[in-house]
Amino acid sequence: MKENFMRKLIESGKRLDGRAFDQYRPIQIETGIVTSAEGSARIRMGKSLVVAGVKLDVKEPYPDTPNQGNLMVDGEFIPFASPEFEPGPPSEEAVELARVVDRAVRESHCIDLEKLCITPSELVWAVNIDIHVLDHDGNLIDAACLAAVAALLTARFPKFDKETKAVVRDQKPASGERLPVVDRPVEVTIWKLAGKLLIDPEMEEQESAEARVTMATKEDGRLCAMQKGGKGFFTSNELLQAADLAVEKGNELRAMLPAL
Amino acid sequence: MGGSKVGAPEHLIIKGKRLDGRTPGDFRPITTDVGVLSHAKGSAVFRFGNTWAMAGVMGPHEMHPKGLQDPANATLRTRYFMAPFSTWERSRPGMSRRSTEISKVIKEAMQQVLFLEEYPKTAIDLYMEILQADASTRIAAINAASMAMADAGIPMRDLISAVSVGRADGVLILDVAGLEDNFGDVDMAVATVADKDQFVLLQVDGIITRKEFETLLGMARKGIAEVYRKQKEALIRRYPGATMEAVQ
Repeated sequence: MKENFMRKLIESGKRLDGRAFDQYRPIQIETGIVTSAEGSARIRMGKSLVVAGVKLDVKEPYPDTPNQGNLMVDGEFIPFASPEFEPGPPSEEAVELARVVDRAVRESHCIDLEKLCITPSELVWAVNIDIHVLDHDGNLIDAACLAAVAALLTARFPKFDKETKAVVRDQKPASGERLPVVDRPVEVTIWKLAGKLLIDPEMEEQESAEARVTMATKEDGRLCAMQKGGKGFFTSNELLQAADLAVEKGNELRAMLPAL
Repeated sequence: MGGSKVGAPEHLIIKGKRLDGRTPGDFRPITTDVGVLSHAKGSAVFRFGNTWAMAGVMGPHEMHPKGLQDPANATLRTRYFMAPFSTWERSRPGMSRRSTEISKVIKEAMQQVLFLEEYPKTAIDLYMEILQADASTRIAAINAASMAMADAGIPMRDLISAVSVGRADGVLILDVAGLEDNFGDVDMAVATVADKDQFVLLQVDGIITRKEFETLLGMARKGIAEVYRKQKEALIRRYPGATMEAVQ
């Protein structure tokens, strides 16, 4: 019933809140909201609310990248964010969200991981990005990626003691150098609903959508990661239209982020 | 992808040939088999060279816990699973985050072709086992999975067919394998409904231009036509006289 109404509405070229198909809801980005984190950001995208925190630690590098820092992205869907979310180990949706954001960050090479090497094969900085979804009103991946990148852009190193080879946690906000971030990847998810392509659905629209495809772009407009989801399909033409939209809308989102 | 990784070869493509001797547009040898298990309702094997996937379908059977039953549809559950011995370095047993994500995207791709409304309240379990991994494992898993579904006699609109494409040393390639997986620039996994212009799975890692994306989509469709033909051949071998009439 509800889905039928939604399809008719979209087919007639309209959306619930009167937005254009290629228009985001109002977006607010605030950084530095959590002082215990080396970097943090809160994103409001309509009523969706996502917080990301960056913690920096010193670890052993992975054997295949002895000269590079480590990167880890995790996602948590907090049960109060939606009646659909339940406590327990991360759901497949939460795992997918974290991995899709991870790919935008990793494949764009937005963090200069070689600058995170302290002693090759021994000690490197590990960048942990934790994304917490606090309120779910649709389109979480775009909001999560914005939160992650905004948090990275404002992250600063904590003190590191070369003698003890340990991070010094002195109960003060990290005030060292900025994390070497050299690009600002953003993700734009294009949704297919009643055969039309649109962005940033609120929950009711998202629930009626047939498929989605997330596309990550770099500052220079090249694509660097994609992920299709949902049980519907896209044609080649729709995918190319989506790529164009991802570049155009990606530039809009990027302009809202802190400068490099 | 890329970066300064240990063990990176100087070149992945030498004089137009890949490290395993293929040209950029070649598949590795493809082998298939259908009906390979005795307890599964349907089963299949799909191999690209050293990548070896087996899929088995259990059900439709009663869905437990009952509270999760869908009164209108069968519930499709999928599990992509890697054997710890499938890689040179033993991989950790159990479901990784990567396996969880791959299981999810394969489930969504299969949902497009299955008539789940034919079996309300039941569960259909699709298990995919990677016995040997030489890149493109999710691709082999999907190809085996839709053959296993057909072998199980579960009504489908058509098969799902998949390939990987990518870029290594700046050259666009089909069927990513071996070192191309670890050291190539781009890896793109694609699945469509049969050989149609209907993409049900798409995952890209690595930096590409829009133009390259367009070319890769075309390469993928051409490769998929070949995979689809192999899948149909295997099913007809198993069921002589069967025809593949796609339900529209």
